[in-house]
Amino acid sequence: MTKAALSPVGVALPAAAPVLRAEPGPIRAFWTRLTARRSAMLGLVIVVALILMAVFADWIAPYDPIATDWGAIRSPPDWAHPFGTDEVGHDVLSRIVFGARASLGAGLTSVALAVALGLPFGLIAGYAGGILDMAIMRLTDALLAIPFLILAIALAAFLGPSLTNAMVAIGLSATSTFVRLTRAQVQAVAAEEFVEAARAVGNPPWRIALRHIVPNIVPAILVQATLTIAAAIIAEASLSFLGLGQQPPEPSWGSMLNVAKNFLELAPWMAIWPGAAIFLAVLAFNLLGDGLRDALDPRQRT
Amino acid sequence: MRPEPSDAYPLLSVRNLSKHYPLRTWWGGKGSVFRAVEDVSFDIRPGETLGLVGESGSGKSTIGRAVTMLNPPSAGTVAFEGTDLAKLDPRAMRRVRARIQMVFQDPYAALNPRMSIGDYVAEPFILHRPGMARAERRDEVEGLLARVGLDPRFARRYPHQFSGGQRQRICIARAIALKPSFIVADEPIAALDVSIQAQVVNLLQDLQDELGISYLFISHDLRMVRYLCQRVAVLWHGRIVELADADSLYDDPRHPYTRRLLGAVPVPNPVAERARLRDAARMPAVDPETIGALVEVAPGHWVAGDPHP
Repeated sequence: MTKAALSPVGVALPAAAPVLRAEPGPIRAFWTRLTARRSAMLGLVIVVALILMAVFADWIAPYDPIATDWGAIRSPPDWAHPFGTDEVGHDVLSRIVFGARASLGAGLTSVALAVALGLPFGLIAGYAGGILDMAIMRLTDALLAIPFLILAIALAAFLGPSLTNAMVAIGLSATSTFVRLTRAQVQAVAAEEFVEAARAVGNPPWRIALRHIVPNIVPAILVQATLTIAAAIIAEASLSFLGLGQQPPEPSWGSMLNVAKNFLELAPWMAIWPGAAIFLAVLAFNLLGDGLRDALDPRQRT
Repeated sequence: MRPEPSDAYPLLSVRNLSKHYPLRTWWGGKGSVFRAVEDVSFDIRPGETLGLVGESGSGKSTIGRAVTMLNPPSAGTVAFEGTDLAKLDPRAMRRVRARIQMVFQDPYAALNPRMSIGDYVAEPFILHRPGMARAERRDEVEGLLARVGLDPRFARRYPHQFSGGQRQRICIARAIALKPSFIVADEPIAALDVSIQAQVVNLLQDLQDELGISYLFISHDLRMVRYLCQRVAVLWHGRIVELADADSLYDDPRHPYTRRLLGAVPVPNPVAERARLRDAARMPAVDPETIGALVEVAPGHWVAGDPHP
């Protein structure tokens, strides 16, 4: 036996061990699995397109979304106004483009708020346990007893009608879901042996929570967040439809539908385009969320 | 050359250790108590390996987790380097963890799947040597990986890219990072292929020669225990029934349960194996209620209760 075949401890290593293969890291592997799913990629493309549309609305929209053209009121789609105009002569296409800001902004912001609140509380409940767990969980149970949209409407009405308040209301309403999910995930991960190994090596509790537990629950939170964005977009549209979200004349898909319902027979294009936009955004986030769930499923990891 | 375990002050001294779990009745009231470990005492000398053997559920792992305070005992003292660990507050206990390490049974479960093995092995330095520079830490990690027989270039990889034996080496690298004086090895080879077991055991032995580490080696592999351990404690129903030097325990088992346990090892010889099975069937049943206090029947050979019924 040659010297090179011996490990430093004088034990022959299996022949395969020293061979370095260019194996992909976990993020690269996840990306490969995600891009292999056509529906997830469709969702991702639509989401990216909608975000670009919202960010670059100033350049994309052909008209000012709140400029009124009294010469073209409820005019059907034509070359000047491809999506038609509404009852005061707003260009519907421009309002759809700018409305993406309200919808996506509300979806992303409210879910970011829900995660920012839900993750720490769920972490405390799941890891600390005891009376804190009891208190946090009874509170979330109480919140979960109220239907999501009803709670959002009540909170938005309480805070006063504005887009910011609608975002806060939706975010608070979605928080309890994240508290519950985080707690359940934390409890599952905390029972794993590597958490005990982390204690054995001398990790303080906060470091176990942040370095060992949180990275292992991120996938589940990410999937839930993506799916909740879809629900939050519907919630924002609903609140705006009810006049509790984006205030006129600022555009929002929900408030556009509210106005359009009065002219459904006379000017159906006023309702079709915002409805289609909401449908597309919600579908895209749901497809992406399902794809993420499949791609991040630990049971399929090599 | 194996350094002889010194007869000086013991490194670890366990006295009257018990772990009880209260059992609740179905209406939530107080029921009886399950005695997982009852009145266990033993010493581990510097540089010594004490084997802890027994069947499943005999309380082996409970003792391992009790002496490391991962699951503190209900009663008794665990004196490590002169300090009673049970009396330490969590902060002081975390400092002691630089000197006591643990190697777990399942190297698949003991590694954090979202942490690169370089970060994993570096963790003891981050926790216990906060002043250490990043570059120095990286050098230490590479040295440790090489020490346990892994390519230092593996540091950026993740656990799922390694085999069971490699993962156990990673766990061992982390355990020896701070040159501890004591390691609890809880069935460290039970989850590994037989061909890998010898490599890991040899590694543990080499590290002991080099660093003077004491081990509490928990196992149900009686032959490996005889090979690796200077002294062996036999655990049965949460109590030590026999504690002796490995040779005298294997050559002259005194307690009926020890005889049964040693008699349960299959022999690779059909004639001897048939005789073994015949003898095993004739062995008298032993009642766990009869386990008494340990009595020294020969120098260093302790047996529970009445060894010659």
